[in-house]
Amino acid sequence: MKLVKMNVNGSDVSAEVEENILLVDFLRDNIKLTGTHVGCDTSQCGACVVHMDGQSVKSCSILAIQAEERKITTIEGLAIGGELHPVQKAFQNNHALQCGFCTPGMVMSTVDLLEKKPNPSDEEIREWLEGNICRCTGYQNIINAVKEAIQ
Amino acid sequence: MYDFNYHKPKTIEQAVELMNSCDDPKIISGGHTMVPTLKQRLAQPSDIVDISNVSGISNISLEDNDSRINIGSLSSHYDVSNSDVVIQKIPSLAYLASQIGDPQVRYRGTLGGSVANADPAADYPAALLALNATIVTNMARYQAEDFFVDMFQTPLADSEIITNILFDIPVTGAYVKFRNPASGYAMVGVFLAKYSNSIVVSVTGAGPKAFRLSEAEELLTKSFDVNSLNELRIESNGLNSDIHASSEYRAHLIKTSLQDAVRIALK
Repeated sequence: MKLVKMNVNGSDVSAEVEENILLVDFLRDNIKLTGTHVGCDTSQCGACVVHMDGQSVKSCSILAIQAEERKITTIEGLAIGGELHPVQKAFQNNHALQCGFCTPGMVMSTVDLLEKKPNPSDEEIREWLEGNICRCTGYQNIINAVKEAIQ
Repeated sequence: MYDFNYHKPKTIEQAVELMNSCDDPKIISGGHTMVPTLKQRLAQPSDIVDISNVSGISNISLEDNDSRINIGSLSSHYDVSNSDVVIQKIPSLAYLASQIGDPQVRYRGTLGGSVANADPAADYPAALLALNATIVTNMARYQAEDFFVDMFQTPLADSEIITNILFDIPVTGAYVKFRNPASGYAMVGVFLAKYSNSIVVSVTGAGPKAFRLSEAEELLTKSFDVNSLNELRIESNGLNSDIHASSEYRAHLIKTSLQDAVRIALK
């Protein structure tokens, strides 16, 4: 067991955990932030995407201990004072979710995309979201939401 | 996953010391091969040595009178694909890095991790062969043609750590990959590099390890255009046959990918 410390959504957190616990399980089980989801066994689906030091990463493929002392942002950290993040609003406006399981990952990937490329083309959007799989929407409304969020 | 002890050395020397003193240690850098392996219980190391904090092995620079690029082994695929030096000097290598996995994987995956793992479907081995790469470790230097021994097999000793890799700079080149639609791995990946005195064609994803296509190299040396490849016949014997593609389909994909690569290199 080890005391693992990191900064999550602006607050310093810590928990005593096994050295082999995944970052996604640390966030969900220890820090009780269950907006980040586990969707596959193969590091493909992206439902687990969070930000680590400004980069969107798959938290199911990172050990919590690898993320020690890092700055993590989860989906719960986007809205400020009850006001939805523009990307969240755009997803809402464009019906870019149905069951919502992939949505936190889609939103976190999108936020990173827009920070790195403020005005991506349709193709760049689709390529950036290759690490996020959705079974419900057929992706079109997600693309529309990203385009609205660019504004 | 099984239990292990975790270490985060700050220097190569500390890392090597740990690799030599622990029972059955494994190195982790980005972790997007190691962590999935551990999750599936396909490995049971006693210790995990995280080298992602080791300084001095993540730079990208020109060397040897600007004739080679030196890429630190901790460079992520994102770093390589966005490096001004790589984009300017070997754009086909920057493109290759930009096509590995997906954006989130590319932030974490490292050059050293990919090369040390020697996955037969990885992209980098094709580039290392085509760009006459030198793999530098804390103990030795290897040429690419001696490095990819077999599927997941390299000459690296247990405590040996890749520190950086040097690449030749071609006059022009291209990388064409037929992606597995689910995993993004290369079902076939062809790297074409044209130098002032020679042409190199290397293939990954199709066999147990990356290999050169000398027949194609000869045809293209006679005349560097797509039509030179009309006569090219790829032997399917010895290529991988699996649920994704038969060896015959892979042989076919090698030829079509190479034809595309020539078109791209000629643009």
